[in-house]
Amino acid sequence: MAAEGNSMLRPRDAADVAEIVRAHPRALEPMGGGSKRSIGRPVDADPLDLAALSGITEYEPAELVLTARAATPIPAIREALAANGQRLAFEPPDFAALLHGDGVPTLGGVLSANVSGSRRVSAGAARDHFLGCRAVAGSGEEFRAGGKVVKNVTGYDLPKLLAGSWGTLAVLTEVTVRVAPAPETETTLVIEADDAANAVEMLTAALASSHDVSAAAYDPARGCLLRLEGFGPSVAARAAGVLEALRPPGVERLDAVASSALWSDLGSAAALAERPFVWRIGVPPSDAPRVLDAIAPRQFLLDWGGGLIWAALDELDVGRVRGALPTGHATLWKAPVAERSAAAVFQPQPAGVAAIAARVRAALDPAGKLNPGRMA
Amino acid sequence: MICLPAADPGIVARREEIVAALRELIGPGNVVAEPLRLAAYETDALTAYRQRPLAVALPETTAAVAAIVRYAHRAGVNVVPRGAGTSLSGGAIPAPDAIVVAMGKFNRILDIDYANRCVVAQCGVTNLAISHAVAERGFYYAPDPSSQIACTIGGNVAENSGGVHCLKYGLTTHNVLGVEMVLPDGEIVRLGGRYLDSGHYDLLGLTVGSEGLIGIVTEVTVRILKRPETARALLIGFGSVEDAGACVAHVIGDGIIPAGMEMMDRPAIEAAEAFVHAGYPLDVEALLIVELDGPAAEVDMLIDRVRAIAESHDSASCRASTSEQERLAFWAGRKAAFPAVGRISPDYYCMDGTIPRRELPRVLAAINDMSRRYALRVANVFHAGDGNLHPLILYDANSPGELDKAEEFGNEILKLCVDVGGVLTGEHGVGLEKRDLMTYQFGERDLDVQHRIKLAFDPALRFNPGKVYPTLSRCAELGREHVHRGAERFPDLPRF
Repeated sequence: MAAEGNSMLRPRDAADVAEIVRAHPRALEPMGGGSKRSIGRPVDADPLDLAALSGITEYEPAELVLTARAATPIPAIREALAANGQRLAFEPPDFAALLHGDGVPTLGGVLSANVSGSRRVSAGAARDHFLGCRAVAGSGEEFRAGGKVVKNVTGYDLPKLLAGSWGTLAVLTEVTVRVAPAPETETTLVIEADDAANAVEMLTAALASSHDVSAAAYDPARGCLLRLEGFGPSVAARAAGVLEALRPPGVERLDAVASSALWSDLGSAAALAERPFVWRIGVPPSDAPRVLDAIAPRQFLLDWGGGLIWAALDELDVGRVRGALPTGHATLWKAPVAERSAAAVFQPQPAGVAAIAARVRAALDPAGKLNPGRMA
Repeated sequence: MICLPAADPGIVARREEIVAALRELIGPGNVVAEPLRLAAYETDALTAYRQRPLAVALPETTAAVAAIVRYAHRAGVNVVPRGAGTSLSGGAIPAPDAIVVAMGKFNRILDIDYANRCVVAQCGVTNLAISHAVAERGFYYAPDPSSQIACTIGGNVAENSGGVHCLKYGLTTHNVLGVEMVLPDGEIVRLGGRYLDSGHYDLLGLTVGSEGLIGIVTEVTVRILKRPETARALLIGFGSVEDAGACVAHVIGDGIIPAGMEMMDRPAIEAAEAFVHAGYPLDVEALLIVELDGPAAEVDMLIDRVRAIAESHDSASCRASTSEQERLAFWAGRKAAFPAVGRISPDYYCMDGTIPRRELPRVLAAINDMSRRYALRVANVFHAGDGNLHPLILYDANSPGELDKAEEFGNEILKLCVDVGGVLTGEHGVGLEKRDLMTYQFGERDLDVQHRIKLAFDPALRFNPGKVYPTLSRCAELGREHVHRGAERFPDLPRF
């Protein structure tokens, strides 16, 4: 088993992970590539470096399913999929620019954080593509959940619960995800908008059309951004359909390469990289303009048709941000460590929900061994 | 033979007191206790099993549901949630010592929110009613289980229901944004809402598909989609199941995700054609229906591509629909497959495993071997795109021992699904039916983790006892009646 006493615990496989979780005397911080370590409350725990749990174990393109060890880097997954004309439809973002980090996101990390890019609005979130896993519960048992087929309702959907649990319930050791065909081509329409309210109107109209808009965002520096993907003739016909429906005053059309680069930046909020405080806020799209008015951020981006607000502030103002939300959730995605240590980084839950969440955590990690306090 | 846990005689003896308490809580008109009326709640769509419940409560408000649940919690009485009672896996089958909480009165659509592309509905609203409510603006709710005219959205959440279009549009879990739910201790919580994702643990994702074991959903927020501009279908015949399977893999390998991709084997084709005269070819071993939807420009192009792929796999016949009427005709046989099989056999038993698609020829061959061994006929319909098999085992419950034989046959099929890397159920749920097979798919530790989740919600194990997870409790003598020859429950409900 991995050497104990080292500052870094480096399990070689799932059995090592289970042994460490059972035997290690201190709390543990499960870590894939470390690219999202600066998100959440700082944790007083020994890092559990899962880097050795890497590599694709099963991939049959025609089954639309891929299984990989949890710490397989996203670029390796992308490469294997691209070689077969496929991709991860939820578009895992890489926050390296925003967070000034140097870690490489891993498949397990992306699922543990349930982070999705701009295509989330049409293709679903990371959690929607998470079919099954092997994991080690906080109590030290290795277990399997879900399956390796795209359609499965056998037993509780534990992958959903583990997605977005930030390593506080179990350590993922192997994961199975649904994959999707990559489109033949894509384009992005860049449309002038007066303000956020005007932009949300257009994004809503585009997403409520039958033109299969796969991503819809607003960057005040550029305008409304509408992405169309698929077979060439279809993309052309649908782009024309969107323009016919919206009749915008001015429009620019990006080719596939420019379009792809734009969404990679937008989905990871790279434009906000120089801001010290960045919030990631989920709201009903129609609330977005009002919420933005109330927060009055220094800089912002709207994604998911207005349902996701990236708001950058110059200071930590938890009350201003959370007070602006009639419903939804706000997560302090980027902040200096001192502020993150004091603030409620994740959206506080109503008492009844918080109680059940605490019982679920106690069910899987009774001693609070994994990432204690991270989701406070 | 599947057993339910033995009823607690102490609870059954307190029946009058419990009924009186329920009447006091939610009004006498909302409590069913007369034997004749209770008979309507004895079973669901797994009709071979039936038991009379202690009492049925028909609450009208979430507060009333919470009051019933709090009372049951205090009084130590079990609770069985029920929607329309269309579960094919026995998820809503009652117990003699349990209160059935039937949610039929929660039948209002509360809000249609086009700006946020969602609908808020009470749990008893039917699946199809949601699509109807938004049809005037060209929207619909995507998951389309075959029982959609009857099944409720609350039941869909409990079962994580699928449908023929879920390859492209996802299961219930991918289309639900939020719920209001009463927990087993009577606490009312809201999970999710008109926004995406959760700010903390995804308890909503855990709730969808939890089969009534961790709460009663009272209200559901679903996302709605704009109807595709057009839809067309191909009807393709193959001389062998292998060719049909290779064609399916090739379509997906080419980057095409059809709205639906259905396969039928020869016995299913013959039964369907004899029943509805859909114009299916009768000289083929496998029939594929491939539906493509989207913008007209795309659909026409893909129809040609799929046709070319089919020809490259030696298709024996291939027709593309040129009108909506023709598209529906292609579907008519497939959608009538279950009743069509019901015509040629006194009874049938529908299975629901999922397999990796590459295993299809091997699994179908093995099922045919089993069919010979059990001396029971079988017809196969198959959601080919996502590997979800529906073998229909034909039997006669009046013939002594045949139901048990049919169940053994079914269990062997499901074990084979697990053996080849698949799962016990793709969309019908575990319920009562597949409970005892759970140990075949999951190890002891896997089940222990799931049980710990159950305990976090329901430490006294009061909600839907005896379902999904095997228990050690002694078996009750279960009055198993069969219904057959047109006397089946919901005979007019399509099943596919």
